[in-house]
Amino acid sequence: MTIDVIKPGLATSIQDTGRQGSYHLGIPPSGGMDQRSLRAANLLLGNPEGAAVLECALMGPELRFKESRCVATCGAEMTPRVNGEAQPLNEVFRVPAGATLSFDFVKAGARLYLAFEGGIDVPEKLGSRSTYALGSLGGLDGRPLQAGDQLNLLPPSAAAREGRQLPEALIPQFSKHYMLRVVPGIYDHRLTDESRERFYEEDWTVASEADRIGYRMKGGSPLSFIEREPPFGAGDDPSNIVDACYPIGSIQVPSGSEPIILHRDAVSGGGYAMIGTVISADMDWVGQIQPHQKVRFVPVSLEEALAARAKYRKGMEVLRQMP
Amino acid sequence: MSQQDIQAPFPGVFYRRPSPDKPPFVEEGQQVETDSVIGLLEVMKQFFELKTDEAGTITAFQVEEETVVEAGQSIAVLEVK
Repeated sequence: MTIDVIKPGLATSIQDTGRQGSYHLGIPPSGGMDQRSLRAANLLLGNPEGAAVLECALMGPELRFKESRCVATCGAEMTPRVNGEAQPLNEVFRVPAGATLSFDFVKAGARLYLAFEGGIDVPEKLGSRSTYALGSLGGLDGRPLQAGDQLNLLPPSAAAREGRQLPEALIPQFSKHYMLRVVPGIYDHRLTDESRERFYEEDWTVASEADRIGYRMKGGSPLSFIEREPPFGAGDDPSNIVDACYPIGSIQVPSGSEPIILHRDAVSGGGYAMIGTVISADMDWVGQIQPHQKVRFVPVSLEEALAARAKYRKGMEVLRQMP
Repeated sequence: MSQQDIQAPFPGVFYRRPSPDKPPFVEEGQQVETDSVIGLLEVMKQFFELKTDEAGTITAFQVEEETVVEAGQSIAVLEVK
């Protein structure tokens, strides 16, 4: 079973639930930026939840199916079309042998997850099929899709049911202005009080270079750091620290000008002060924000973040139980 | 004669020139072939070439250089013979 990539889209890559346990060696988790949508697409098809899918950022690919397969799309709103005929989002449909699957312009959200009955068959690298393009690891030759590529699929599970829908309540509602919850710290003591407060009071605009590595923000006031003598090992810029590990979701502000939220292809460490970390429950949303849309950061306590994580996990349980 | 909208296939920043010191890919009123590049759309550190689907005349650009555009927004008008 092969799928021909006629047009690759803009940044379409093979992703799954990610590669855990190697970040300390510099290998980030990778995996779908919106895990909820990736898992929902697989669960709809009766696939293992972590089967490899295509993450299609901002513009969908054009694919030709050599054999008939069921597929499901979740996440960003880009109408799928089979030989030009519109198909539903968040619902299992069949692509006949010889047919072409394409997508309309994105209407909302940033990343669509296209799951195939059975899942994409590429070798696992360090326990995952996810593409980490910066490290040329995983996926198809460690890179995003290109025209002329061929994708092999694993055998279908026989569990796929055409017309099976994601319940309305489980479909994410995309916006143009997101509230992202942040646990402040661990270096926010380096900011002046005034700067720290203002960071949470202003709207930030997602820059056009926002990608899987990090989401850069523009448009807010530059941050000011407290004057100090740089400690041994730290750079001279006030935003520098002695090199430290970067958690996924952490927000760094090089030179105090443009905050960057690190995402699933992030570098594992470096010398910029992290002034806060976007909570895990909100990281799926980050992956669905289009460039030029707006973000407001909302400070929360660690307890609130953990409660949000518990609620997120409960939501995933509901997804697994869907009819 | 029919008019076609050349639309932005994804949200990004539109450029009419290959680089700041070069002339535009096409001028208004210029005739173009199929698959002619009329501009670039930038997002996620990538530049994507906007091309014509058919031959004709670019009668107007609907957006300025370096405009932030949404997916589906009209960029230029192509008059097809």
